[in-house]
Amino acid sequence: MHKMTLAQLARGLHDGEFSSLELTEHFLKRIEQYDEQLNSFITVTGETAREAAKAADARRAQGQAGLLTGLPLAHKDIFNTRGVKTSCGSRMLDNYIAPYDATVVEKMREAGFVMLGKTNMDEFAMGSSNETSFYGPVRNPWHLEYVPGGSSGGSAAAVAARLAPAATGTDTGGSIRQPAALCGVTGLKPTYGRVSRWGMIAFASSLDQGGVFGASAEDCALLLGSMAGFDERDSTSIDRTVEDYQSSLENTLEGLRIGLPKEYFAAGLDAGVAERVHAAIRHYETLGAEIRDISLPNSQLAAPVYYVVAPAECSSNLSRFDGVRFGHRCEDPKDLVDMYMRSRGEGFGDEVKRRIMVGTYALSAGYYDAYYLKAQQVRRLISNDFAAAFDEVDVIMGPTAPSPAFKIGEKSDDPIEMYLSDIYTIAVNLAGLPGMSIPVGEVDGLPVGLQLIGNYWSEARLLNIAHRYQQDTDWHLRMPDVFV
Amino acid sequence: MSLDIEQVEKIAWLARLQIEAEAKADYARNLSDILDFVEQLSRIDTTGVTPMAHPQDLPQRLRADEVTESDQRELFQQVAPAVENGLYLVPKVIE
Repeated sequence: MHKMTLAQLARGLHDGEFSSLELTEHFLKRIEQYDEQLNSFITVTGETAREAAKAADARRAQGQAGLLTGLPLAHKDIFNTRGVKTSCGSRMLDNYIAPYDATVVEKMREAGFVMLGKTNMDEFAMGSSNETSFYGPVRNPWHLEYVPGGSSGGSAAAVAARLAPAATGTDTGGSIRQPAALCGVTGLKPTYGRVSRWGMIAFASSLDQGGVFGASAEDCALLLGSMAGFDERDSTSIDRTVEDYQSSLENTLEGLRIGLPKEYFAAGLDAGVAERVHAAIRHYETLGAEIRDISLPNSQLAAPVYYVVAPAECSSNLSRFDGVRFGHRCEDPKDLVDMYMRSRGEGFGDEVKRRIMVGTYALSAGYYDAYYLKAQQVRRLISNDFAAAFDEVDVIMGPTAPSPAFKIGEKSDDPIEMYLSDIYTIAVNLAGLPGMSIPVGEVDGLPVGLQLIGNYWSEARLLNIAHRYQQDTDWHLRMPDVFV
Repeated sequence: MSLDIEQVEKIAWLARLQIEAEAKADYARNLSDILDFVEQLSRIDTTGVTPMAHPQDLPQRLRADEVTESDQRELFQQVAPAVENGLYLVPKVIE
């Protein structure tokens, strides 16, 4: 069953080939069997999953099942799940049992999904390798000595090893697309405002967006349809109709204008990755697409802008962790200040502390204009580059990450090196655009991802473009041998 | 941009973060590297460019001023480190 896509599993349930309980047990057994090697889950909710699966089977028996009823799913541990530990990968929230459900969790449960558990992640989603998690690094299913990418590394690895047929993630600077690329799965980061952020623990509020990992674009279409939509509890949620992402999957790509930004193929790109990405783009030509060379001239400024804006927003968001209302509190505080300082000092790991401090510095008196305001102005230039590009082309393509997965420990001592693993994904968040990563090959046994960037609200078109490639190729269906 | 240990201590204080003494030098080095990295922005001419705070150029949505939440104090205080009689307990602040 684990070799089937979510869409196939939905048909299997519908046709009575297996029950939701059998399906759920199957994946729980795989988690038990394999996750010791991967560390992709922080919490496995076996008991509630079985209950939910039985309830799904009962609904099906009564003829009340929907398209997604009874399908298992894992949630990134950044989404609040009522009654279940929601750690955000941090010691700070190791003792936090969420008292409410995130909108995404609520919507997907209502759509019929059965939650298998909560996946590992970089602490507070700050990282590109899943090494900053309080619960230890996640391992890449294709090579256990390598990172899965981050911050949604647990979700990507769980789907790649088929310990879950699908998983949610969040993407602030590439945290869905980069791990999707490094683990060889399909990942989608929607337009900012498409998916509710309510109950999704905030890192950088103007950049964070929830999204999904699946085995295919078709699976991502099913997943997005169930999680997207207006939510009045999120003030940045946009009131806009959710399209039927399934119905346009087969649309023709005849005349599709694909833009290749020269900056995404410049120095710093691994030669093997470049070769696989070009091969995928050539395939799109055979499907009737037209290739155009474009320029996103401010691309190299995206990472520096991001490492001002994201830390600034994080330093504000993470000020809520004060040891008073929830989260870690130090032992025997001698006064209030000591309680704040030690609770936060003990509760947060190094990368989180670094970012809080960079943000605090950038927002402090005398530095605001030079850092924060300047970064916001350059952010506008980056966004303008995309707007100009989308006058000329329908979709932008390039590598998702500059190299395949790197070794655990290889970059963990050098924050800047780590930051550069997101150079092609960050600009998309700064502009608020939708993006995807799909597997298009391997280099030395490690997956390579092609990034697709669309204009605002073009999720249906992106899924269509990804799906058509996957109809002709099988990179997305490959599984690491160890987990077959 | 190079931060010294004293500046690291000042930033840590502003952020209410305790940094272990032996880690301060590492923080000074890493934070200086990060500030050097973002320093390239200062070379860009942004005269007249409107800052972009957010991807959406939309006004903040407002809702009617109506009570929409029920009282869930007990539920929410279950996750608090220390409560008594519905109050959050913290170290004494007033002598």
